Amino acid sequence: MKSDLYTHPDYYALDDLLTDEHKLIRDTARDWVKKEMSPIIDEHYENATFPMHILSGLGEIGAFGPYIPEEYGGPGLDQISYGLIMQELERCDSGLRSTASVQSSLVMYPIWKYGSEEQKQKYLPKMATGEMIGCFGLTEPDYGSDPGGMVTNFKDMGDHYLLNGAKMWISNAPFADVAVVWAKNEEGRIHGLLVERGMEGFSTPEMHGKLSLRASATGELIFDNVKVPKENLLPGRSGLGAPLSCLDSARFGIAWGALGAAMDCYDQALRYSKERKQFNVPIGAFQLMQKKLAEMITEITKAQLLTYRLGQLRNEGKATSAQISMAKRNNVEIALNIAREARQMHGGMGITSEYSMMRHMANLESVVTYEGTHDIHLLITGMDVTGIPAFTREMPTKK
Amino acid sequence: MKILVCISKAPDTTTKISFTDGDTKFDESGVKYIVNPYDEWYALVRGLELKEAHGGSVTTVTVGTAEDDATIRKALAIGADDATRINVKPEDASQVAAEIAAYAKEGAYDLVLLGKETIDYNGSQVGGMIAEHLDMPFISLAEKLDVDGTTATLDKEITGGVQTVEAELPLVVSCAKGMAEQRIPNMRGIMAARKKPLNVVEPTNAAKQTSFVKYALPAPKSAVKLIDPNNMDELVELLHNEAKVI
Ligand SMILES: Cc1cc2nc3c(=O)[nH]c(=O)nc-3n(C[C@H](O)[C@H](O)[C@H](O)COP(=O)(O)OP(=O)(O)OC[C@H]3O[C@@H](n4cnc5c(N)ncnc54)[C@H](O)[C@@H]3O)c2cc1C
Repeated sequence: MKSDLYTHPDYYALDDLLTDEHKLIRDTARDWVKKEMSPIIDEHYENATFPMHILSGLGEIGAFGPYIPEEYGGPGLDQISYGLIMQELERCDSGLRSTASVQSSLVMYPIWKYGSEEQKQKYLPKMATGEMIGCFGLTEPDYGSDPGGMVTNFKDMGDHYLLNGAKMWISNAPFADVAVVWAKNEEGRIHGLLVERGMEGFSTPEMHGKLSLRASATGELIFDNVKVPKENLLPGRSGLGAPLSCLDSARFGIAWGALGAAMDCYDQALRYSKERKQFNVPIGAFQLMQKKLAEMITEITKAQLLTYRLGQLRNEGKATSAQISMAKRNNVEIALNIAREARQMHGGMGITSEYSMMRHMANLESVVTYEGTHDIHLLITGMDVTGIPAFTREMPTKK
Repeated sequence: MKILVCISKAPDTTTKISFTDGDTKFDESGVKYIVNPYDEWYALVRGLELKEAHGGSVTTVTVGTAEDDATIRKALAIGADDATRINVKPEDASQVAAEIAAYAKEGAYDLVLLGKETIDYNGSQVGGMIAEHLDMPFISLAEKLDVDGTTATLDKEITGGVQTVEAELPLVVSCAKGMAEQRIPNMRGIMAARKKPLNVVEPTNAAKQTSFVKYALPAPKSAVKLIDPNNMDELVELLHNEAKVI
């Protein structure tokens, strides 16, 4: 069995800014990943299966809702702890991190922020341990980057709501016990509904043929006249801002996570460049190799500083959606570039599952697409600095 | 059963080792410390298993400065009930053993467990010295430890086999690979560790008996010479004339 030799690059001594507890939480996640995940990830990736048996282990290391307060079964950690755990998970595989992100930021977060006391008590403690798994349904077949156009809807039937429509590309859907579903009421206002597995008319077919994020299960959510009890509506917030605030939390985790994938690729490339010899010298002795390594560690260090500062801002409740968007876009982009360069540095070996770069590279194509595509995030920054939204335009006509 | 586990820190195994001050000091800058694996994986975890089976408590003791607190917190997160740090920078095995023994005397422990060595200095001396100070039996390099009433049964590796030893409690045991399996702390443990006591006590100022004079790194590995299997004469020739081993 190949051994997982990962150690994280820390060129600017950022560890000095972390507390002892931050480091203990990070090292615990790393030890767990090395013991439980590294030996099996390639097999699950190749077979396109999600390792169901690890859910309780993820719960034990605090990967599900690390910031959920103790009264609801969470550990009540800060945002930097959340980021560090996501970084360690994605260092291994983006699919693993996706499962934890969805559970934490897209399901537990809205229940915690917008749920009733009963909903919090019912779902959060079981979700923190991984006994119960959730998914988040926003994207629809015809509404991806433009979720506000969604057609999934519910009608007030007096003693219940009647839900109809379909969601697509939903992570964790095939095995989730509960879905946070965003749908429009009769006035066209978006609300969140908690739809449980087993409700009549609700099905979650798995989507196949993904060439990215293969160790994560993705599915559809289909609602055919599903009767949803009225107490399953999230009472605390409505409108598109509600799901978008969940995306803020998840994108924050992705910014840390994608950087983890980049750090893993760099770590391997650096090691390989000292071991592999061509023309009688280690390939790391070639200037072209050193240029790649120098650029990688520079981008990683910049991204580390970005995420750390963003973590501080988020701890203080001051991080804006646009600041989070920038970190998500930047860190996924540098991770993709670093994965490609690191893969090339490994020559032919780089395309095999002996090394993780190729898997990271393919995974990151999903990460650069979901939670807002790279281009949509450029538009978010563009709007933030100019004050002019550029998401829509008139359909041009030919003169 | 009252169990005392000695915990010390050691540089992470990936640390690049270098020295300063004319090779008289270990260069600690940028070094990441971990709990010495023999203390953590074997002594501490076996202590916890015995407590889980027989009841009692697990206390850790460390001779060190505030810089050691992070590794002590990890031991608490893994499951120790409380921890004591004897507040002095350790300088040699004799000093460490004298400090730990002075502390352990007050506690009436049934078992004192520690790793067979630290992965930095590999001294393997502290256990025997503690046992001498406490006038207890000492079993070194144990890879199995069971307790029945007041009798401990231990397996220890000997050349080409295993020796089984019996001894009466209280005793001191240095633990080797095989004694237990690594436990990764969980989030509940990490949170509980925040509230567990980490007592800092002042040293008895035991004197060190040795001083480090100089360090040197091992000679770098030299290049490997590959010889064609069909050319055994060349191999013999090189072993004889170049390596001068035959
Ligand atoms: C593996 C995976 C898991 C996912 N998990 C979930 C999940 O759990 N829950 C969920 O709700 N969704 C999930 N998604 C969906 C994801 O969020 C969407 O795929 C994403 O928002 C993009 O939508 P789309 O695929 O419909 O692409 P489109 O929106 O059709 O985009 C196509 C292209 O057009 C570009 N584009 C769109 N609008 C503009 C514009 N205004 N200006 C310039 N360019 C534009 C995009 O950048 C993109 O390049 C997942 C997706 C994947 C791949």
